[in-house]
Amino acid sequence: MKDNTVVRVCMGPAGIAAGGKAVLEAFRETLADRNIDAEVKEHCSSHQVGCLGLCARDVLVEIGRNGSKTSYQYVKPDMVGRIVAEHIVGGTPVKEWLVDETFDTFYRKQVKIVLADCGRVDPEDIDSYIAAGGYEPTREVLMTWIPDDVIEEIRMSGIRGRGGAGFPTGLKWELARRSKGDVKYVICNADEGDPGAFMDRAVIEGNPHSVIEGMLIGAFAIGANKGYVYIRAEYPLAVERLKLAIKQAYERRFLGRAIFNTQFSFDIEIRLGAGAFVCGEETALIASIEGERGMPRSKPPFPVNRGLWQRPTVINNVETLANVPYIIRKGWAWYASYGTEKSKGTKVFALTGKIRNQGLIEVPMGITLGEIIHEIGGGIEGNRALKAVQTGGPSGGCIPAGMLDLNVDYESLAKAGSIVGSGGMIVLDEDNCMVNMAKYFIQFTQAESCGKCVPCRVGTKRLLEILTRITEGQGKEGDIERLERLSRGVKTASLCGLGQTAPNPVLSNLRYFREEFETHIRDKKCPAKVCKKLLRYSILEEYCKGCGACMKACPADAISGDKKKPHRINPDRCIRCGACFEACKFKSVARD
Amino acid sequence: MIEELENILERYRKKGGNIIALLQDTQESLGYIPRMAVRFFSEELGIAASRFYGVATFYSQFRLKPVGRHKITACCGTACHVRGAEKIIGGLRKELALPAGEDTTPDGEFTLEEVACLGTCSFAPVVMVDGGVRGKTSADVIVKEIKAIRKKPDEG
Amino acid sequence: MVRINIDGKELQVPAQSTILEAAKNNDIFIPTLCHHPKLTPFGGCRLCLVEVKGFLKPVTACTTTVGEGMEVVTSSPEIEELRRLVLELILSDHPNDCMVCEKTGSCALQELAYMYGVREAEYAGERRNYETRDGNPFIERDLEKCILCGRCVKACDEIQGVEAIDFGYRGFRAKICTSYEEDLDCEFCGQCVAVCPTGALTGKLWKLKGRPGTTKEIDTVCPYCGIGCNITAHVKKNEIVRITSAEDTWNEGWLCVKGRFGYQFVSSPDRLVRPLIRTAPKSGMPSLGRKGIKWGEVFREASWEEALDLIASRIREIKETHGADALAGLSSARCTNEENYVFQKFMRAAVGTNNVDHCARL
Repeated sequence: MKDNTVVRVCMGPAGIAAGGKAVLEAFRETLADRNIDAEVKEHCSSHQVGCLGLCARDVLVEIGRNGSKTSYQYVKPDMVGRIVAEHIVGGTPVKEWLVDETFDTFYRKQVKIVLADCGRVDPEDIDSYIAAGGYEPTREVLMTWIPDDVIEEIRMSGIRGRGGAGFPTGLKWELARRSKGDVKYVICNADEGDPGAFMDRAVIEGNPHSVIEGMLIGAFAIGANKGYVYIRAEYPLAVERLKLAIKQAYERRFLGRAIFNTQFSFDIEIRLGAGAFVCGEETALIASIEGERGMPRSKPPFPVNRGLWQRPTVINNVETLANVPYIIRKGWAWYASYGTEKSKGTKVFALTGKIRNQGLIEVPMGITLGEIIHEIGGGIEGNRALKAVQTGGPSGGCIPAGMLDLNVDYESLAKAGSIVGSGGMIVLDEDNCMVNMAKYFIQFTQAESCGKCVPCRVGTKRLLEILTRITEGQGKEGDIERLERLSRGVKTASLCGLGQTAPNPVLSNLRYFREEFETHIRDKKCPAKVCKKLLRYSILEEYCKGCGACMKACPADAISGDKKKPHRINPDRCIRCGACFEACKFKSVARD
Repeated sequence: MIEELENILERYRKKGGNIIALLQDTQESLGYIPRMAVRFFSEELGIAASRFYGVATFYSQFRLKPVGRHKITACCGTACHVRGAEKIIGGLRKELALPAGEDTTPDGEFTLEEVACLGTCSFAPVVMVDGGVRGKTSADVIVKEIKAIRKKPDEG
Repeated sequence: MVRINIDGKELQVPAQSTILEAAKNNDIFIPTLCHHPKLTPFGGCRLCLVEVKGFLKPVTACTTTVGEGMEVVTSSPEIEELRRLVLELILSDHPNDCMVCEKTGSCALQELAYMYGVREAEYAGERRNYETRDGNPFIERDLEKCILCGRCVKACDEIQGVEAIDFGYRGFRAKICTSYEEDLDCEFCGQCVAVCPTGALTGKLWKLKGRPGTTKEIDTVCPYCGIGCNITAHVKKNEIVRITSAEDTWNEGWLCVKGRFGYQFVSSPDRLVRPLIRTAPKSGMPSLGRKGIKWGEVFREASWEEALDLIASRIREIKETHGADALAGLSSARCTNEENYVFQKFMRAAVGTNNVDHCARL
């Protein structure tokens, strides 16, 4: 019997950063030296997805032997010899280097649909995708279905737009199909711009053909013959893989004229974004594809009626499209069996922040926040307490620690004042200041406002100014009310989704952490000790040894004192940089 | 430069495209979007120059001025400020003979950039020269370094 | 036609009209700043937000087309609160120098601020600061007063077809600019000035000469060419200080550089106000443009009767001596069609020559 051992080494960016290449080489050399016929693969060259989400434990190595898999974490080149000797030759895994038990819980609660083939198929080889059943759904649809069947299937599956707004995909397709016009377009929105979200990049880098297939099926359903992928230029690997995938699809005649010898033809072109977050908004994206400034247009008319070059246009997010072939393959009922009544299927989240297991996760809609944080995420990092979970990035809001029973789906999150959004999920602990978080997100949206409408252009600027002054100890009585009124106004009066959601982080943080804002304004104190200008440094005389380390570190000459005698900080000169706090070895600098 | 612009224009005419793609091509081959490129495209294509400029200033990818071959980054954070960052910047501007309102020398050799805080307050004042951090520095020290860079023969 | 209901009024309106048009035509007021009836709707100022039954959020009346059975509410406490907030925000980034602003009295922003009783104090903050002024001779561009409504951009593009200006930058830094922010170098038709709702675009020649309300407004016809645009001369102390044109004229308020900015000739001391008859012989005299020669040394003033008599007699003389074809007539583009018709008729029928032409043909 041939020994079919496969060694997979994580070679995603995180893996490479952790020294994946050296580990890979070490395996190749060691195995060759010992004359062992085992295959060493670059697992996960498709980035985070490939390494199955747990980048924090790179370099991860998976050894498959006779159908069973064993994973090692934090592998270094000098560990390779022992792994080969004991595990591959001896048959006994090196116990102390194996992944710990949280590694399993990371996967147990996940359901992989859109990420299922990421890391399994080779994103640069179309045959690998075809071997996994790829393009079969397209063939079936094109040869044996009518467009209405496709729309019905997608509608019944209950899938909703994964880009943020959660509009039912089947309905969108139906509206575009019914819209009059012989020229229609399908656009794949890959302009993923939320800080802390990278699922679209992961899908394109890991399984680009699933996106192409989703576009093909969508185009067939609405009657489009031309599609565009609008993708950020900041994702060079994704762009490269997508280009290659499109080229291969053309070679196999999955794209172009008379696909599968049917009447249907479809072309895809890539358009590179030039760096504007607002272009994730449908109408701004259309303007950008047309080569103009990405300024949103008023809706109605909606793109399904008048979109790109005034033609009916469907714009779907990457994750949405990547789900489509799997829904066709396994049927709407299978897809709809996951999730809640109104939110079907799975959603990919980028779990980051103060959490043990960071990375991309795919979970059924309706899973509780607690399950994600404690089981998949493995709990909070260090000995800190969970404070809140921020979802939906700059368009979303916070869910406080007390609400871990909350179901993660469109309705429940909206009710709690946040959104599913594109899937960013940032875990915050007691060291995070909620005023500062609100300021951070407003800073982002303010810089990305296109400037077309007044509420967003000036409103976000004023929100930022008020939040800034609160974090700097200049907050005034009435500022909370000012923030609330302005936030409500910007939300309702803004032209596009960017402005309409920009105040969400402010409103949601005010809803759950109002007293933190009040403390900043009234007591000029930051409970999380984040807002620099509100901190007061002083030296605790009883602990001070008079070593002078703080004095040396102080860039503002604010510390004085004789050798071996307690030092003092002159508060008028202190710039609150914290250098003394870091420099003191005796914990005699108090920060308050 | 005109030859490069003509090549870009020809690709554009052959493949079809839009203002953004044209500007992306221009920046890729020239490093920035020069005024004359916009004038050239505007005349050749009959598209108003103001539209090019509007697009070029909307997207953060586009640069309207070339960046110098050497980048000097002066920290203006609070710690550096109290340690005389302004004096350093003044000294460097003088040494580089930067015209008012410009951040790059006319010969395209140096760009002087000011940033909010490099997060290394205990070494204030801080200046970065081509990515290397210089802590507790002064205008004189950096000026010496600039002079040394100038003397060094062109590599590449 | 479709049936809609605005503020409880049942209306029949054209199917393709917007809510704003439908309201306006039925004397229902909806405040606007960025809207201009002759230009593509923009939807940027958000003042025309209205509630439409069945819509989750308020929509802009200027961009939303009416539909059969649509029910619209143009004013509610929520809507008015939004409009107030928008005005507060605009004013928070606006120089409050109405005292010396050319637009005072004809400023749409000022009028709305007055209607809503808005002062800017609540959300005071950073303001745009543009120090350099445009060096062109005609149009004062005070970008700090610009509310980014885009009317000038669209007038320049959709009406004049020049596209000298466009939106530049984005967000709070957004501004209307020329390519590379050079000085304006266009046709200077001033359509942009005409459509600007605030004091951001004004005429340089008007500066401190008299604001609307302090001048006498006289409707007249532009004397420059035969097109005959309707203009309004703003007169102060018997001097024209500004020319405008109303939107409800046949030329829809659009003018050219001459019509809008070329009015100084009216009170120019060099202007001919009476016929002049040459006194000095043509040959041997230095031409009038030369230094030191005053017109009085070459011409004398005459009455219209005398001048016309002289012309008639000279024409007759030439015709009798050299024949009618020794005469030629050149007419002016400043004359109307009717005047030009009469002139060629005069040359052909009265003088008897076909030697007649028109300067616009050259």
